[in-house]
Amino acid sequence: MTTQITAPETPSAPAFGAKASGLFGIPAPVGRALAAGGGVLTVAATFLAWTWTAEFPGDLTVYGYPGGLQVLVLIGGVLTTLFALASHGVRGVRRIAPAGADAAVKLAALGTFATAWYTVLAISVELGGLVNLEPGGWIVAVTSLAALVGALALPFERPEPDPVDPDSTAWEKTAHRLAHGWQTVKAAFASGSPRPLRELPSWAEILVVVAILALGLTVFTYGIGTSYDELFIGFLLLAGFGFAALNKAGLVAHATQITGRHQNVTLCGAFVAAALFPFTQTDDQYATLGVYILIFATVALGLNIVVGLAGLLDLGYVAFLGVGAYAASLVSGSPSSPFGVHFPFWAAVLIGAVASLVFGVLIGAPTLRLRGDYLAIVTLGFGEIFRITANNLDGTSGPDLTNGSNGISSIPNLDILGFDFGAPHSVGGFTIGRFANYFFLMLVVTAVVVLVFRRSGNSRIGRAWVAIREDETAALAMGINGFRVKLIAFAVGACLAGLAGTVQAHVTYTVTPEQYLFAGAIPPNSAFLLAAVVLGGMGTIAGPLIGAALLFLIPNKLQFLGDYQLFAFGVALILLMRFRPEGLIPNRRRRLEFHDAADAPAALGRTGA
Amino acid sequence: MTALLEVEDLRVAYGKIEAVKGISFTVEAGQVVTLIGTNGAGKTTTLRTLSGLLKPVGGQIKFNGRSIKRMPAHQIVSLGLAHSPEGRHIFPRMTIEDNLRLGAFLRKDKDGVEKDIRRAYDLFPILGERRKQAAGTLSGGEQQMLAMGRALMSQPKLLMLDEPSMGLSPIMMQKIMSTIAELKAQGTTILLVEQNAQAALSLADQGHVMEIGRIVLSGTGQGLLHDESVRKAYLGED
Repeated sequence: MTTQITAPETPSAPAFGAKASGLFGIPAPVGRALAAGGGVLTVAATFLAWTWTAEFPGDLTVYGYPGGLQVLVLIGGVLTTLFALASHGVRGVRRIAPAGADAAVKLAALGTFATAWYTVLAISVELGGLVNLEPGGWIVAVTSLAALVGALALPFERPEPDPVDPDSTAWEKTAHRLAHGWQTVKAAFASGSPRPLRELPSWAEILVVVAILALGLTVFTYGIGTSYDELFIGFLLLAGFGFAALNKAGLVAHATQITGRHQNVTLCGAFVAAALFPFTQTDDQYATLGVYILIFATVALGLNIVVGLAGLLDLGYVAFLGVGAYAASLVSGSPSSPFGVHFPFWAAVLIGAVASLVFGVLIGAPTLRLRGDYLAIVTLGFGEIFRITANNLDGTSGPDLTNGSNGISSIPNLDILGFDFGAPHSVGGFTIGRFANYFFLMLVVTAVVVLVFRRSGNSRIGRAWVAIREDETAALAMGINGFRVKLIAFAVGACLAGLAGTVQAHVTYTVTPEQYLFAGAIPPNSAFLLAAVVLGGMGTIAGPLIGAALLFLIPNKLQFLGDYQLFAFGVALILLMRFRPEGLIPNRRRRLEFHDAADAPAALGRTGA
Repeated sequence: MTALLEVEDLRVAYGKIEAVKGISFTVEAGQVVTLIGTNGAGKTTTLRTLSGLLKPVGGQIKFNGRSIKRMPAHQIVSLGLAHSPEGRHIFPRMTIEDNLRLGAFLRKDKDGVEKDIRRAYDLFPILGERRKQAAGTLSGGEQQMLAMGRALMSQPKLLMLDEPSMGLSPIMMQKIMSTIAELKAQGTTILLVEQNAQAALSLADQGHVMEIGRIVLSGTGQGLLHDESVRKAYLGED
């Protein structure tokens, strides 16, 4: 979803050795005009009908207003037009691209093109032939292509041509040319560093933060609410390219700077935005997804303390979620619990968190003396031991505690201070259903985890974690008690997962061992949790949250992938690790780790020794 | 008066291979003592054992009158024995200031820490200029300065420096050595491990020459500097 990944898909491979400075031999002003005009016409085309039958989902048959995928193309068209105008240097518009608009217009046009052509092709394939396209469909295909051609014709600094060694074999020559072509494509999408941000009055900056959060909520709500596969794919295409375009335009850097200046406001605002999510929904259908995402994301954030801050690779983390969930379910008054007690929720939370903490210490104490790979293997083993033990504590293979593979079922809904979580409530005209109730509760848990993460990350213990991760020898020489510090990380992480588990038990009604696998199609499981952390960005707060949301939504929305889900997931992970190893939201330190040469050339250049 | 550090018949082994085969020496408060010798003589192993990163198989280590032979590394640091390890081992992705702060990890006196950070910047102005920069972006010599500054942050009674001049240009090496001389003048007790025997011996009050795990020759720094066999073996004279 980043530029680097998408760049090789560029339909127009550059002509090698071409003299023109764009990818096509069109003069730059013409290219700009073509991009802007194509953008405008694409926008206009979304108001036309693209197909004749409502059999293709999303109501693309109507003249006069866009629907479904057309809305996405419309947004893409607007972005393309704006960036093309900015690239032309139109006053006022130029401001939206502080790092130069050329790369941004290319990506925006690419995104628009991809979404439009995907729609047109999907119509043709699903309905059986190009004949199903109305003129609008043809028009948008042409205009989006025109915009793309125009955008790609914009000039860029070509990398120095690197002559081929005449003695090399044909294969080496081909490889060489491919490598050079790849450099050229990369250069075509490169952009400069953004102009420094002007200092705005702080109320204006806070407004910007609010706008960013509103945009985030809108995008997320749209994504979660996409009701059919095609729309979700279109959404992913446009969101990916759109984000890349904004990034290349320098807007993301500015946004990061502003939110960085107002961290507390941003954090509070993010929670308000998340809390508004159920109010954007008409029924409980997507709140279900919301609460599951939140559980997954919260546990991922807990794992981020262990993996991202302390650098301990834990492959059995989901077991702690399980311990919390089992602990809460056993005292929930469920008929399958052998205890038959019904504790109030606060007590259940306490028991769940403490139980997980104890398990964390028990598992951590013997294993944390191991380093690296060994720790990963042992934690993987403990994760499986938890699941199998829970499976066997059924009264036949062992003492009756967990009801075996049937699990603890019929867990009653929570009732806190008379507020029944199982029943819908009406708040200011909005109906808040069962899952939305739990969504709010889970949001509180998330807030707790975020708070713990932030406070510990910036504290003495947080510095010790990072020191241990970066260089254990040096950390020990500083007087850091490596074992104790690691054990604290492990225990805190376990405790937070247990906390989330106590809520999860009530959300899912049933707690079974099969919910806590190492790897499975449905998150959360240990592999997906780790993937969410790595994909989102280790050591950050937003990273695992976004990573978890994506990892949950993509398999959930793309049902047609079926058995290939895990395969597609694997491919995506490999691509991401190849092209953006620091994750979607990189930590400042991590970025240094992976891009030493690129980010700090000036400082590295002056070697005094 | 008992010495600050007393090492008696210290033996350290990696598995079955004994790297240090029973060495004894002392460091008095205020002294600079150096261990010199070729690669593989056991100098670094000795320092790593003294700071608790390795466990000895035999012998005694007394620091400030207490046996630290079986103590974990972090407790040894808290007693006032700081170790600037070989290869510098700074935290490359942390800022210079965070590196220094980690050196003071065990200290509770915030004001004192701030004061010592400023002192480190006075000692090494280049660090002060780049306090917010990632330490990995420093040059080798600057990283060595940071490693020394960081070790000093724990207010050690004894500072152990392992090969501070390793891999540095001659100019930078001179600078590091003159810093050590400055620290000595301020009264810091230093145990210095060096391959650059000339520089180390001319600074040291006491010197010990190590060869494959044993101390083969001891004496005052000046004495060793003028010793025939030392000049032949380590100072490149024939």
